[in-house]
Amino acid sequence: MNGQIIAENLFKRFGDFVAVDRVSFSVDRGEIMGFIGPNGAGKSTIIRIFCGLLRPTSGIARVAGIDVARDPEAVRQRIGYMSQKFSLYGDLTAEENLRFFARIYRVPRAELDARIRRAVDMAGLAGHTQALVSTLAGGWRQRLALGCAILHKPAILFLDEPTSGVDPQARRRFWELIHATAAEGVTVLVSTHYMDEAEYCNRIALINKGRLVAVGSASELRRNPRLGDLLLVECSDIGRALAVLRGAPGVREAAVFGNTLHVSVVDKARALSEIPQLLRAQQLECARIAPIEPTLEDSFVELVGRGEAGEREAA
Amino acid sequence: MNARRILAIARKELIQVRRDPRSLAIALLLPVMQMFLLGYGISLDITNLPTCVYDQEASQHSQALLARFKASRYFRVVKSVRDYGSLRRAIDGGDCQLGIVVPWNFSQQLSALGKSSVQAIVDATNDNTATLAAGYAQSVVNAYAGDALEMRFTGTARQLGAPQPIAVDSRVWFNEDLASRDFIIPGLVAMIMALVGALLTSLTLSREWERGTMELLISTPVTSLELMAGKLLPYFAIGLADAAFCVALAVGWFGVPFRGQLATLFLTTLLFLAVVLGIGYAISAAIRSQIGASQVALLFTMLPTAMLSGFSFPIDQMPAVIRAITYVVYARYYVTIVKAVFLKGSGLAQLAFPILGLLIYAVVITFIAARAFRKSLG
Repeated sequence: MNGQIIAENLFKRFGDFVAVDRVSFSVDRGEIMGFIGPNGAGKSTIIRIFCGLLRPTSGIARVAGIDVARDPEAVRQRIGYMSQKFSLYGDLTAEENLRFFARIYRVPRAELDARIRRAVDMAGLAGHTQALVSTLAGGWRQRLALGCAILHKPAILFLDEPTSGVDPQARRRFWELIHATAAEGVTVLVSTHYMDEAEYCNRIALINKGRLVAVGSASELRRNPRLGDLLLVECSDIGRALAVLRGAPGVREAAVFGNTLHVSVVDKARALSEIPQLLRAQQLECARIAPIEPTLEDSFVELVGRGEAGEREAA
Repeated sequence: MNARRILAIARKELIQVRRDPRSLAIALLLPVMQMFLLGYGISLDITNLPTCVYDQEASQHSQALLARFKASRYFRVVKSVRDYGSLRRAIDGGDCQLGIVVPWNFSQQLSALGKSSVQAIVDATNDNTATLAAGYAQSVVNAYAGDALEMRFTGTARQLGAPQPIAVDSRVWFNEDLASRDFIIPGLVAMIMALVGALLTSLTLSREWERGTMELLISTPVTSLELMAGKLLPYFAIGLADAAFCVALAVGWFGVPFRGQLATLFLTTLLFLAVVLGIGYAISAAIRSQIGASQVALLFTMLPTAMLSGFSFPIDQMPAVIRAITYVVYARYYVTIVKAVFLKGSGLAQLAFPILGLLIYAVVITFIAARAFRKSLG
């Protein structure tokens, strides 16, 4: 119970706009759950509901067994939160920020210095504690924000796009910190729009247009039977090739990946011979066609596409 | 309510004020500027009014009369002319604002009739100055006429019931030692408190909203009452320091008499601060931009304080409707108190009514401020 978070039919409406549409899931103690989805998918709204910043229109968000809407203050002492927008005090130094949050969370006086020292070490801020936070580089700021969020040893951490706008090296380092924190038994709910970061999570929830599209580990989601066989196609005019292949017989789905196409097909052997012919008929030169293993992104494209097709049918 | 949290917020707030040029200017520079600008600028007295004289008679009497004008601190004789044309040009050209014309039969009339007339031509484009100038000029002439008559009667048998030429105008004593400044400066203390207090607190929550720090603050277990207490505490200290500074300047620099008790002033200033800080805080909670909140704060504090508190316009001379409105202007009570403490030396007992008014306001505003901020983004 104590590190667990549960969403039961969570629903949030802003005026006419449905931001979160009947979402249910649960995360266990010490687990890292990643929220993945495009901007505006509803990831932040769900996290804000869990932090007691927004009230759900209906449904229940439970943190450590407590209904957040009913007793937000009881929840707040148990959680740490990093908001999407950087929200430490830029006109305070790193140490002043740490001390401020430590006192707000009533970290025992006897432990205060030790915890702050630990946070400084963790964030790699030694030597910069007296610098105004507004002068720190992005990676440092993010680690400091994480340091502030775990000063009071919360059971659960909510991190809303903590790595956005940070360079890859700093992102990697940040994920190491998240793993170290989770290893101590802290439950982590983290949102991101970087697909590659999904691999760092124990489980992933794919969210699109306020709906939970799929939940599972990265490898579970990659093994998407609906994907069928996947081919990589390299050719001269990708835009036109995409138009030709979409809707061609035997093709389930086609999508652009970098300067190539990923084409999901019903029958690999037939497609390998038919697709080059099809392209050649349209004066498109096919440089390479080969079967590949599906990536997480392929699976997401398929899942999101299926969800939206379902929506269209329903409408 | 947890004292440690409140102190943590208060300390953070002080650091932020110290590092924010805008807040710092409001807390430190604004009181000094207001005291000097308004202390000197808003004076209902005139001194050294540029004056032009046209002495048609050029007699001993007329020269003696004009010497009185020259000796007066209210007038500065800048020009002497020989005809009306030059006088008119001098006034039109702005060389002088007042022209004194002594008629050719001044001495004759004074001795024959016991009274005489002198013409005062006033540039009335500034009608307040014009009215005052005419009044002053009249009192100078009256005083002279009185002395002249007295001289005439000296040596002769005392005539009982001798006609006093003209009664002395009361305006002279009213402004004799620049009394209007003594009235204005205590009110100015109220004005500065209202301005500084409300402006600073109007920034305090809106700054957090604007910079995005509010979201994190709401996610912490701090309660909204702790937040309010922690945020207002530093501004009470700043407000009291500013008040002490203004009072010191009023007494030490402007020489305004302070006849009451400092304790009375301290207690009532605390009440007044509770009102203005509460107003600023409530506005800051409602309006999430610093510029917007500070504008609205000015509207709710400085404007009524300047216009309707009795600071600049005497309440008993206002139309009945406006006078009734002043009872809802909280600054009215504080201005009354400050003036009374300064000039009359009133104590708490004599000030029971305005203190009660202020107290009611403090309680109501604190209640509103406490409810104005809710820990939610929605």
